[in-house]
Amino acid sequence: MVSLKINGRHYSYDGDPTVPLLWVLRDELGLTGTKFGCGEGLCGACTVHLDGAAVRSCGIHAADAQGKAIVTIEGLHPEGNHLVQRVWREANVPQCGYCHAGQIMQAAALLASSPKPSEDNVLTVMSGNICRCGCYQRIAEAIALASTGA
Amino acid sequence: MTHMFDPTPIPAGTVVNVSRRFLLQGVVASGTLVLGASLLPGRAMADWATGAGAMPGGTVNDPHVFVSIDPSGLVTIIASRSEMGTGVRTSLPMVVADEMEADWSRVHVQQAPGDEKKYGNQDTDGSRSTRHFVQPMRQCGAAMRMMLEQAAAKRWGVDPSTVKADNHVVVHAASGLTAGFGELAAAAAALPTPPASELKLKNPSEFRYIGTGTISIIDLRDITMGHAHYGIDARIPGMKFAVVARPPVVGGKLVSFDASEALKVPGVEKVVEVNGWPWPSKFMPVGGVAVVARNTGSAIKGRAKLKIVWDNGPNATYDSVAFRKEMEDTATKPGTVVRNDGDADAALRSAAKVVTAQYYIPHLSHATMEPPSATVHVANDKCLAFAATQSPGGCRDDLAKMLGIPVDDVTVNVPLLGGGFGRKSKWDYVLEAALVSKAVNAPIKLTWTREDDIQHDFYHTVSVEQIDAGVDASGKVVAWRHRSVAPTIMSTFKAGADHEAPFELGMGLVDNPFDIPNLRCENGACSAHTRIGWFRSVSNIPHGFAVQSMVAELAAALGRDPKDMLLTLIGPDRIVDPRKSPDVKGFWNYGDPFETYPIDTARLRRVAETAAQSAGWGKSLPKGQGLGIAAHRSFLTYVATVVHASVDDKGNLSVPNVYTAMDCGFHINPERIRSQIEGAAVMGLALAKNSEITFKSGRAQQQNFDTYKVVRIDEAPLKVHIDIVPADWSVPSSGVGEPGLPPFAPALCNAIFAATGKRIRSLPIGEQLSI
Repeated sequence: MVSLKINGRHYSYDGDPTVPLLWVLRDELGLTGTKFGCGEGLCGACTVHLDGAAVRSCGIHAADAQGKAIVTIEGLHPEGNHLVQRVWREANVPQCGYCHAGQIMQAAALLASSPKPSEDNVLTVMSGNICRCGCYQRIAEAIALASTGA
Repeated sequence: MTHMFDPTPIPAGTVVNVSRRFLLQGVVASGTLVLGASLLPGRAMADWATGAGAMPGGTVNDPHVFVSIDPSGLVTIIASRSEMGTGVRTSLPMVVADEMEADWSRVHVQQAPGDEKKYGNQDTDGSRSTRHFVQPMRQCGAAMRMMLEQAAAKRWGVDPSTVKADNHVVVHAASGLTAGFGELAAAAAALPTPPASELKLKNPSEFRYIGTGTISIIDLRDITMGHAHYGIDARIPGMKFAVVARPPVVGGKLVSFDASEALKVPGVEKVVEVNGWPWPSKFMPVGGVAVVARNTGSAIKGRAKLKIVWDNGPNATYDSVAFRKEMEDTATKPGTVVRNDGDADAALRSAAKVVTAQYYIPHLSHATMEPPSATVHVANDKCLAFAATQSPGGCRDDLAKMLGIPVDDVTVNVPLLGGGFGRKSKWDYVLEAALVSKAVNAPIKLTWTREDDIQHDFYHTVSVEQIDAGVDASGKVVAWRHRSVAPTIMSTFKAGADHEAPFELGMGLVDNPFDIPNLRCENGACSAHTRIGWFRSVSNIPHGFAVQSMVAELAAALGRDPKDMLLTLIGPDRIVDPRKSPDVKGFWNYGDPFETYPIDTARLRRVAETAAQSAGWGKSLPKGQGLGIAAHRSFLTYVATVVHASVDDKGNLSVPNVYTAMDCGFHINPERIRSQIEGAAVMGLALAKNSEITFKSGRAQQQNFDTYKVVRIDEAPLKVHIDIVPADWSVPSSGVGEPGLPPFAPALCNAIFAATGKRIRSLPIGEQLSI
């Protein structure tokens, strides 16, 4: 049995503990805000926070997330009003929106550790998250807004 | 909640795809075309004619279908087109709301399931949603407004012409009486829809939302909270999770398989064969072996343990390198003449100077961030599907046909699409899920992994374009011969199809707008060895790349400024009508009437001049930097892009600025037009710089985003400056989702030439600039 603490709640999963956390979140627990994009840690769509750090949930066994505080997009802020969520709306960032849970979780982790990141730092950190619609200009704008305390 | 009209409650989501269905029904299959919607009683009258009536289902403008109002005044508007990131799920309902004087903050948008008889055409592709539906949706809103006004007038016993709907309230100015939409809902619902001839559209000066760009997409908040539901997020109680191992080579098939090891994987429950249709298989599944498990992760692990013997079939020798040589050879020889003005061959022979170049673009994969996925339950001769599809109507028809059940017993709900780009116009993955559901007698969520997506896509074609341009002694371009060689999308539908179809030739080849007296287009034979499909902007990518690169090559050869060369070739303001050339057979004007959407060189010139002006064309730039321009009409819209490229002394390419001007006629939501143009610059850079699908021994050699490279934020253009040409209602709406893409790659390569003197003729650029 794998016990997981997600968004402050306790969940258990009785299947294969070596299945990636992503599929346990999505398929077993119904937390579908976290998205599947590549399964190989190449696109960032499945990014969640583990003890505050941005992690690709496709690349970690469910069992290895035990004992850690897991936060998914659904739990980033109780009303969806985390700074990054607010600036994302202010800048009208999404097109299809599919990759944005991962983008937002990555950006939130970046800003938590570095509230005023340099542009280079933003581009480097966010380069792990692919957006095929091409919302990058607005992603950069939104993070710049957040870092100026919007 | 009491709905006053009768839209069936539907889970969120919807989209469709027009041109593909049109092909299936009108060209390939034996079905007859439906009657033009504009000819049907009670349907739309139009200020401008469109081709919408020729699409399956045509258009519907009846508020009894699209609008409901509950007693509290909440207005529910149906979105019948699929949302894949263009904003259509917001924009078209916003048109209805504006016309009916609804307050947008009191509007709820509900996605329609696939039902083209009820909602009109739902094929969301071909950049058609606005241009085919802005008129019916305005009429729908106007009809609803009139019905509310009539209901109020009846209640007050006054003449309907003396009352006026105004922001969710109907007002009788003379008496000061007012009634909210919710109060009037039931009475209005009981009224018949006013005939189209009696509808009075709002004066555009009275628009609250249309054209303002002030309304954010309806799903914005949900997206930022992880609450927006995409196709891949659908749930049916009791569902199992499946992945499929498919024949690695198109046209291959399953010989045998051994599932014993796979069945030992924890969580794996069943392994079943999936029926495959012979190549060319249209949108039908290609077959294989499905692994069904308690979650997708277990299914993937199980699939890795399958032992499968495939027969790789006739395409097992497909090799990109050898194929390219064949195509290059074909492009040097005469092909089928598809347009012929004057005598290009003679003019080339007598030209003072001939500039010749070949251009190559490889296969591309759509790589939508949400890979293909569908959740389907087949039980008791009924089928319930949740599918991120651009074409729920076509998908529904094929599900019914494949399962042998009436179409009324098939429900296709359309959640949001995590990207489409043409991939999700093909519903093979939905049919696969239905087959697996039926085989294991349980609801199935079937997911394509990224490797499945990149290895089994309906790829963008591969192409070689050769252009020979002849210049006379005075420096005037007098001859242009463009030979296009590329596997056709028709090969996915019809065995042996080896020439581009009219709808491909019409995308940037035979619709060439240049002022050249001797202009000849040819199309060489070329067979497909993989599945070819529509990819955002389709054949405009290779045709536009070749044409717009050659413009700058001519400028270089003649010592002219590339923008001036472009304007010279565009020539005087006029209408270019390719139909005047007898060799242009079945000219494809994106399915719309030429009279409504002629090829207008004044509009093409204007976008070129606008983009150049915004870019400061002619300004001096530091060493290693340059500007390049390209202008291209596609999807009836005129776009010009100037790319500012920078190449450092190691050959690293960056794109500091992009300047795009778009003339798409009357438009609804400039804010979403800008986002489409910004996105087109990113996708354009991806295909120009990084992306390529190659084949060896019939198999795609790329697997995931490590080998199929797109563009990431650290190399993306982050300063895309946009000019949208203002247009009033007199200028018919045209496409937005696709036309931003074709000019990007040639503008970039022209900018690289300006920066470095190096001419890129083969995409992707990859390491070609490395020093």
